[in-house]
Amino acid sequence: MTSSHIQSVDSVILIADDSDFDRLLLKSILKEQGHQVVEAVDGLDAVAVFDRERPQIVLLDALMPNMDGFEAARRIKLLAGEDLVPIIFLTSLQDAGSLARCLDAGGDDFLSKPYNPVILQAKINAFVRMSEMHKTMRDQRDEIASHNAHLLHQQNVAKKVFDRVAHAGCLDASNIQFTLSPAAVFNGDILLAGVSPTGNMTMLLGDFTGHGLDAAIGAMPLAEVFYSMLKKGFSLRDIIREINLKLCDILPVEIFCCAFFAEFDFNNNRVQVWNGGLPDCLIYSALDNTITRLPSRNVPLGIVPLVNLKDSIELHEVKEGDRLYAWSDGIIEAGNSDGEMFSEARLLKLFEGGGPKLDLFPTINAAVVDFIGEGTAGDDISLIEVTVVAPESFKVAIAETEGELSGGPDDWSLTYNLRREAIREFDPLPQLLQVLMQVPYLRQFGGQVFTVLSELYSNAVDHGILRLDSAIKNTPGGFSQYYRQRKRGLAALQEEEILIKLHYGGTATGGTLEITVKDSGAGFNYLTGAGQPISDSHKSGRGMHLVRSLCDSVNYLGVGNEVCAIFVWGNHKPRNPAIERVQ
Amino acid sequence: MSDTYQHLDVAIIEELRVVMGDNFSLLVDTFVSDSALRITGIYEAVTAATPESIRRAAHGFKGSASNMGAVRLAALCNELEQMGLAGGSDGAAALADDIAAAYAVVEKELTALR
Repeated sequence: MTSSHIQSVDSVILIADDSDFDRLLLKSILKEQGHQVVEAVDGLDAVAVFDRERPQIVLLDALMPNMDGFEAARRIKLLAGEDLVPIIFLTSLQDAGSLARCLDAGGDDFLSKPYNPVILQAKINAFVRMSEMHKTMRDQRDEIASHNAHLLHQQNVAKKVFDRVAHAGCLDASNIQFTLSPAAVFNGDILLAGVSPTGNMTMLLGDFTGHGLDAAIGAMPLAEVFYSMLKKGFSLRDIIREINLKLCDILPVEIFCCAFFAEFDFNNNRVQVWNGGLPDCLIYSALDNTITRLPSRNVPLGIVPLVNLKDSIELHEVKEGDRLYAWSDGIIEAGNSDGEMFSEARLLKLFEGGGPKLDLFPTINAAVVDFIGEGTAGDDISLIEVTVVAPESFKVAIAETEGELSGGPDDWSLTYNLRREAIREFDPLPQLLQVLMQVPYLRQFGGQVFTVLSELYSNAVDHGILRLDSAIKNTPGGFSQYYRQRKRGLAALQEEEILIKLHYGGTATGGTLEITVKDSGAGFNYLTGAGQPISDSHKSGRGMHLVRSLCDSVNYLGVGNEVCAIFVWGNHKPRNPAIERVQ
Repeated sequence: MSDTYQHLDVAIIEELRVVMGDNFSLLVDTFVSDSALRITGIYEAVTAATPESIRRAAHGFKGSASNMGAVRLAALCNELEQMGLAGGSDGAAALADDIAAAYAVVEKELTALR
C-alpha cells in the first residue's frame, strides 16, 4: 500500500480520542502521510487544543468522556466562525441511523474502524481541496465588495458633476413645479428648463433607456447642447435637430432618449411642443376645466436623424393660468405591493370631473405616493408642471457670461443675403445674434437686439415677400389658417431675396447698432400708409410698436421694402440715417 | 459462530507494520495496556448489569480490537454490544469470559510478532 498524498503546507490535523491506542494508530498513519498532528484526549480537551492550534482538519471520536464528540464538534464550529474546518467523526458505529447522526450533529464526514489509511488520505485530500475553494470564494467575495464600494463612490462623484451640468437653468422659476425621484444614484430621466434671449421659456423632459450611469451619461452632452443653443437664440426646431444628431452620433444602438420639448412664448400666449416617445403630456385649462392631450408623434431622440422637424412641432394657443403637465412612464408604471400599476387611466382621472382644479401638482404626487404604499418605485418618477403666466411675472435671472478683455473691432458691418431655399428652410437669426453677442458691450442688450432683429426679419418674410395679412390671426382658428398660408407661400417662392445688414460702432461707454432689412417685395407707401398689408392697430402689429420703443429711430426707405432701425446705448450720439443714405 | 474467525488478520498486521515502521512494538505495547483497561471496564459493567454501560464498554473494545486486526475478539465484543443494546444482561458474564480468553490468545500471538 502506498500513500499518495498532496503535501499541503499548513495541514495540521487534530485527533481527539480517549483511547491511547486509537490515537497512536491514527497519528502514525497521518504522520506517515506527511501531516502534522496535534492530540486531545476528550471533548473538552479537543475544544481547547483547537482554539490554541487552529488545525485545518479535525478527527473526533464520537464517544468520549468529559464532553462527547458531538458537543465538541458544535463548539469547534462556533470557534471556527467563517473559516471552513472539516470535522470527521471516528466511529465503529455501523448502522445508518448513527452514522447519519454524526453528520446531523455538525460532522462533515465519518471514518469507520478499522481505519483504512487509503480512505483516510483520500478524504483528507478532498477536504483540503474544499477548504481552499472556500477560502478563494471568501477572498473573491471581499474583493467584489470592495470594488462595489469603489464604484458607488465614483458614481457619487460623477453625480455631482452631472448635477452641475444638467440642473443649470431656470427650474426654480416661480411658475414651475417638478418632482424627480430617482430609483438609483443616477436618474435615467432628465429635466431641463432655460430662457432664450427673447424671454421664451423652453423645457425638456427626457427619459433615457435604462437606469444608472449608462442611462445618465447621455444626458451630459444633451444638456450642454440644450443650454448653449438656447442661450444663443436658436429655434426649438434647431435645438431638437442638433440634440438628436448628437445623440445619434454618440449613443450605442440600444440607448435612446424619449423626450418632450415645450417652448413657451408668454408674450404671445402660445406654446410649441414636440413629443417623441413619452406618454401623452397635456395642457389643463382651469378656466373651462378641459384638457388638451399632446401625444407622442415622433421617434425618440438618438435613433435616426430627424427630418421634417418643422412639421412635427405643434403649436397651441394658451391662456394665462393654463398649466402644462409632462411625465415619463415611471409614474404610469409605478407599482404597489399587489403588483398593480398606477396606470395612465388613474392619472388622467385626476384631471376629470368636478370643478376647476387649482392644486393638481400636489394632488398627483399624493395619489402616486398613496398608491405605491409599501411597494418600492421600480422606475424613476418624474413629473413637471409649468403654468402660463404674464410675461412681466416671468422674471428669471439670466447668468452673465464672463466678459472678455478685448471688445473686438469697434467699427464693422456685415451683410447677409438670403434667397429662396434659405428663406424657406433656414433661420438666420441665431447666427446673427451669435455674431452680435461676441461684442461684450452688446450682451446686456441681447434680448432687445434679438427682438428687433426678429421682428424686422419676420415682417420682411411674412409681409414684405409673402404679403400675408396679420388681421387673419385675430379671427377664431386664425392662427392655423395664417400658418398654413405661410407654408404655402414659402413653398411657392421663386426669385425672392432678403438682405440683412448690420453696422456696429461702439466702445465701453456707448455705441450704435444699425439694423437694415430689405426685401425684394413690392413694399408699401410708408408715408401715407396706403397699400400696407400690416395693420398696425391690433395686437398683431404690436411688434413694430415694441421695436420703436426699443430703438432710437426706425425708418422705412426705398419703396417701403426697406427698414432701418437704429439701436443706441450709453453716451453715443445717434447718426442720421438719411444723411448716410445719400453717401 | 465466532469460532470461524481467526484470531489475527495477517493482512491487517502487515499494513500496520508498514504504517508504524519502527514503532510497531510501541503499538503492540499500547494495545496491551489499553486492552487491560477495557477488559476491567467490561467486567465492571457486567457486574453492575446495566445494559447501556455493557454496550459502551463492549463497543469501545470492539474498536481497538478491529484496528489491531483481532477479528475474533472484535466479533465477540460485537455480540456483547448487541446484547447490551437489546437491553439484556443474561449470559453477559459468560461472554465476558470468552472475551478475556480470546484476548489472551491475541496477546500471546502479538508478543511473538513484535
